Amino acid sequence: MIEVRELTKRYGATTAVDGLTFTVRPGRVTGFLGPNGAGKSTTLRMVLGLHAPTSGAVTVDGRRFADRPRGLRHVGALLDAADVHGGRTARAHLAVLARSNRIPVARVDAVLEEVGLGAAARRRIGGFSLGMRQRLGIAGALLGDPPVLLFDEPLNGLDPEGVRWVRELFGRLAGEGRTVFVSSHLMSEMEHTADDLVVVGRGRLIAEESLAEFAARGARPSVAVGTPDPGVLAPLLLASGAEVVSEEGRLTVTGLSAARIGELAAEHRVVLDQLTTRRASLEEAFMELTAESADYTAGGAR
Amino acid sequence: MTALVVPVVEPRARFRDLVGSEWLKLWSLRSTGWSLLLGALAVMAFNVGTAWDHYRYWFAYDEASRASFVADGLALGDAFTGNAAMVLILCSAATGAVAMVGEYGSGQVRTSFAAVPARGQLISAKALVLAGVQAGFGVVVAGGSFWVSQAVLSLRGVGVSLGHPGAVRLVVASALLAPVCALAGMALGALVRRGAAAVVGAVVLLLFLPMVLSEERWLTAVLGHATPFRAWQRLAGEGMATPFPWTTGGAWLVYGGWAVGAVVVAVLTVRRRDQ
Repeated sequence: MIEVRELTKRYGATTAVDGLTFTVRPGRVTGFLGPNGAGKSTTLRMVLGLHAPTSGAVTVDGRRFADRPRGLRHVGALLDAADVHGGRTARAHLAVLARSNRIPVARVDAVLEEVGLGAAARRRIGGFSLGMRQRLGIAGALLGDPPVLLFDEPLNGLDPEGVRWVRELFGRLAGEGRTVFVSSHLMSEMEHTADDLVVVGRGRLIAEESLAEFAARGARPSVAVGTPDPGVLAPLLLASGAEVVSEEGRLTVTGLSAARIGELAAEHRVVLDQLTTRRASLEEAFMELTAESADYTAGGAR
Repeated sequence: MTALVVPVVEPRARFRDLVGSEWLKLWSLRSTGWSLLLGALAVMAFNVGTAWDHYRYWFAYDEASRASFVADGLALGDAFTGNAAMVLILCSAATGAVAMVGEYGSGQVRTSFAAVPARGQLISAKALVLAGVQAGFGVVVAGGSFWVSQAVLSLRGVGVSLGHPGAVRLVVASALLAPVCALAGMALGALVRRGAAAVVGAVVLLLFLPMVLSEERWLTAVLGHATPFRAWQRLAGEGMATPFPWTTGGAWLVYGGWAVGAVVVAVLTVRRRDQ
């Protein structure tokens, strides 16, 4: 369990994390979502005690991580696949980590096999692809068989097979009762991975709820209506309390069901050539929710 | 949802595991062995080369010069020359700097500290391994230089043994110069975290400063004596006559002060900073 309480981090005049409070529970995969620059990586670094909070606190299983003499048996983390010295072999890199935490060296070979790097164990990391480095980072996180696992953007650089494997792995780790906390800036990555979501923007908490609750929040359906007579239909819909956006002879209607729109059209003998209900995707819900807090958006104001 | 409990069974944390880990970390890089080998060859080349020069051009000295070569103990000077000491300082300081900068440059430091949150312990273990390896390197280089250079001079019958006054002190002082400067390089690496900057800093601090600090004035003489190179000169019985004489005990103290100070600086910087 990770408990973040009023966590704040300032670098000079910049506030990277601003009074964050949330809890990441065991037995679940929790997605940590937010646009670039939302403070996700900073938060994860504070969880690991790499950065000291300006104020507030974060504990892992009730204790500040920085106060533990050795970490691998408590928290396994993959912050950045590039955080390795390229001159070592995969096996040597993990053996160094294992030795420091008194983990038997047999465990090194086991995790290398588990992540599919068994054949590359004696190759230098400098020659690894990003996907292989991600796998190595995951192997390092698994080394101590920890109850809490942190992954910062773990899907970057993985091929589709790798993405599927990682999702299954996260599900399995959570199923074993572990706390699995996975950051991403893409909702689509979390959609089939996470049980719970923590959404941040500009260092502040935007939402902390289950994926299902989050999906419901953004699920105000709209109906696409095609008609040769938009000039007739649109006022009728408006009169019935709908919001209507007209675009090239097609109306996007919110606030009325497709059935009600059909009835109205029939009553007033308006021909329809399309009537489609669209549910907002999670991605849209996420975009909508974080739009105001995105630090870097293309094309100016929206 | 009922969560299964994943029990954490953790053996007691031991410092020696960190030392073992840092030892593995050092030797798992191919560059470690090579740089030590090349450094040793370079340093020994300066000493043996000087002895060889005296052997080869022995005919150029007249009787008086030959007599003073023996009387003034110049054979011992060939066992470890000032030039060799400067090369050794550069090699060792750069090795120490790379030990830290290698971690920062690659981001490895975050992986290391996430595995071992006790940063002070980890850096202390790194310093211990570095100092140990460099001490071994120093013993090989200083001992080897002494043995080969005196063997060469013996061909002219002027080589000395370790029983010669000051010989053991010269070898030990030269050997220990390596760990002292490596630790100083490590502290610089921790402070500036950039390879080039750390090496330039080491050259300025360990080589340039002792050369420009004059023996003529009390303040600059004292500051000069506080540098490892000048301490080595004192212990090696080299260097010019000074209006401000100092003891060999003081020179040993300078060695110790730099070693301890460097570890303290490295530990404090790394513990306080966001990684």
